[in-house]
Amino acid sequence: MRADARAVAAVVALWAGGAAAQVKWAFIDPLSGGGASTGILAQKTIQFFLDETNAAGGVNGEKIELLSYDNKVNPQESLIQLKKALDEGARFILQGNGSSVAHAITDAVLKNNERNPGHEVLFLNYAAIDPALTNEKCNYWHFRFDADVDMKMGATSEVIARDKKIKRVYLINQDYSFGKAVAAAAEKMLKAKRPDIEIVGNEFHPLQKVQDFSPYVAKIKASGADAVVTGNWSNDMVLLIKAGKDASLRVQWFTYYAGAPGVVSAIGKDGVGLVKQTSEWHKDATPQLDADIVAFQKRFPGKENEYAYWRLKNLVEMFALAAKKAGSNDPVKIAASLEGLKMKSVLGEIEMRGDNHQLLQPLFVSTLSDKAKNEVEGSGLGWVTDLRLDAKDTAMPTTCKMERPR
Amino acid sequence: MLELVTVSLLNGLVYGLLLFMLSSGLTLIFSMMGVLNFAHASLFMLGAYFSYQLGRFIGFCPALVVAPLLCAGIGAAVERYGLRHVHRHGAVAELLFTFGLVYLFEELVIMLWGRNAVAYGVPPSIDFPLFSVFGGSFPAYKGLMMAISVTMFVSLWLALKRTRIGLVVQAALTHPQAVRALGHDVSAVFVLIFALGSGMAGLAGVIGGFALLTAPTMADAVGPIVFVVVVVGGLGSLGGAFMASMLIGVVQTFAVAIDASPLDMMSRLHLTVARGSLLYDFLAVKIAQAAPTLPYVLLVLMLIVRPRGFLGTRD
Repeated sequence: MRADARAVAAVVALWAGGAAAQVKWAFIDPLSGGGASTGILAQKTIQFFLDETNAAGGVNGEKIELLSYDNKVNPQESLIQLKKALDEGARFILQGNGSSVAHAITDAVLKNNERNPGHEVLFLNYAAIDPALTNEKCNYWHFRFDADVDMKMGATSEVIARDKKIKRVYLINQDYSFGKAVAAAAEKMLKAKRPDIEIVGNEFHPLQKVQDFSPYVAKIKASGADAVVTGNWSNDMVLLIKAGKDASLRVQWFTYYAGAPGVVSAIGKDGVGLVKQTSEWHKDATPQLDADIVAFQKRFPGKENEYAYWRLKNLVEMFALAAKKAGSNDPVKIAASLEGLKMKSVLGEIEMRGDNHQLLQPLFVSTLSDKAKNEVEGSGLGWVTDLRLDAKDTAMPTTCKMERPR
Repeated sequence: MLELVTVSLLNGLVYGLLLFMLSSGLTLIFSMMGVLNFAHASLFMLGAYFSYQLGRFIGFCPALVVAPLLCAGIGAAVERYGLRHVHRHGAVAELLFTFGLVYLFEELVIMLWGRNAVAYGVPPSIDFPLFSVFGGSFPAYKGLMMAISVTMFVSLWLALKRTRIGLVVQAALTHPQAVRALGHDVSAVFVLIFALGSGMAGLAGVIGGFALLTAPTMADAVGPIVFVVVVVGGLGSLGGAFMASMLIGVVQTFAVAIDASPLDMMSRLHLTVARGSLLYDFLAVKIAQAAPTLPYVLLVLMLIVRPRGFLGTRD
């Protein structure tokens, strides 16, 4: 009896060992609490593309396994989870929610790689867009797959600059590093592209603390602004736009995150023609809805799972390409192969910059519309493109000076 | 200038009344039962979700009645089958019990309606401008909200101070034995109070649901400010809560409009602070930027200077 049990255990161990993935990715993001809706959606999206890659034979004959860790968008918690991930053998770290978390991880990854030669890990950042991460705080092991604050503002300000009706712009942002970066980028770029535009307000309010935005809207109204630029996300953006509607404020809203999960449903038809977003993709960006997205929605139906992370498709496909070119799944070799890597995507050519490890990809500025081909979250509303920038036109100068491994 | 003052005053009133609507149920339960109900904001959230769901089936107006009744029912059940048993273990146990309910309700909402905000817009029947001020419109739902809030205040105050049942309720808090000896069912009174407080949270939720954002995070979003109102007003004082709500509403709204920092005001008086000193950074913050934190400053000051709040009777 006992011998049997031992034999079974051995077989199970063998089978598990044989089937176990050799390449481990660690996903460190909020899976509980306030940020969980975006974290869980990203997790599903990564799993979806990894399954596709694995079904096609994996990378260099090895399968990729996704390990998930809940960091509650907290930098300290993230470092504990990172330690756990490293102990469990993860060599590739994925994170996106919160630039403060990304800063903590990029520092920890750098230290780990300096101290443990032969056990290097890569940090694949899919959403933390503080420009510092690919400028003064850049390091060789960090690769960013989302356009940073400045690149997105580059596209946003282009649309503002081309609209001669816009004469007065109001900036309102959350009072922390990201909000300040948005305001600084907007001020600088608008001044350069349209010196005649007047910045009539540059407001900061505490992060996710404001329940009533009417006083802010009263100020915007009194300033006579034609357009508002905001990096606000979640409650802070939806409540702002709702308050604007209540006071019959007619301005164009240039946002970063109006396309985030749940936002279109919350804003509703009041935002049609007025609310804009800058993103690497939206449902109407391709003439036909991409096959991957159709498959994703089929596997994960429901509003909750509205596809939102195009860049994760880029990330997984680019990773697979880099691994193939390197002929190895070793993080050091993949990093070398990712540098300067170019890839054809459905939306056009994309390129991982060699000098600061920032992905260049086409960017879209789009407006909320009730005439879009593909609706979002079953709301009857979708996005229509105002401007498309080629990948190369989104590049910004960088101050990054990274130390490369010898 | 006149425009900004008028609009700000109006906005301040609206926000103050919204705060009162949110906190009146909490202060009622505390004053009558001595229970600090952490789950109050959760019942507010449930009210929002119920009215969203019911609104799709039976329309907004019936939902305005049914959703608070559902919340009242939940409140009654919580008191009858939970709180009453926890009560004999003291105030800390009660606090922890209601604290646990917060998580329970949040998970329940996530299971039923998902993690993202639901599409709860202003119901078409009240989605029109009531009047206009200086070219800006004043939406009807805000008018409804103000009316409900004031009605709540007046009717509660009258019920507690001017009716026989109010007398029994007040007596039951301080002298439960005597009230019981007089033949009143004290337990039923407590169930009724808790149900009423929960129903008021639910009613606030019906309006708050589309005025704010109906999402599982909404309890977290309004929870802290509600406690500020109740503590500043004086724990358990309805009039105090009303005063505190209005004060916070008006002060916060006007503070947003002030684009100057204490430093600017000092420089008018020819006072200067050395750049680089700690005080400089602190004083250079614009008042508008700090506006949403003012209620919390008020809370701390109040606890230092007058811990019982405006009209509270206990320390």
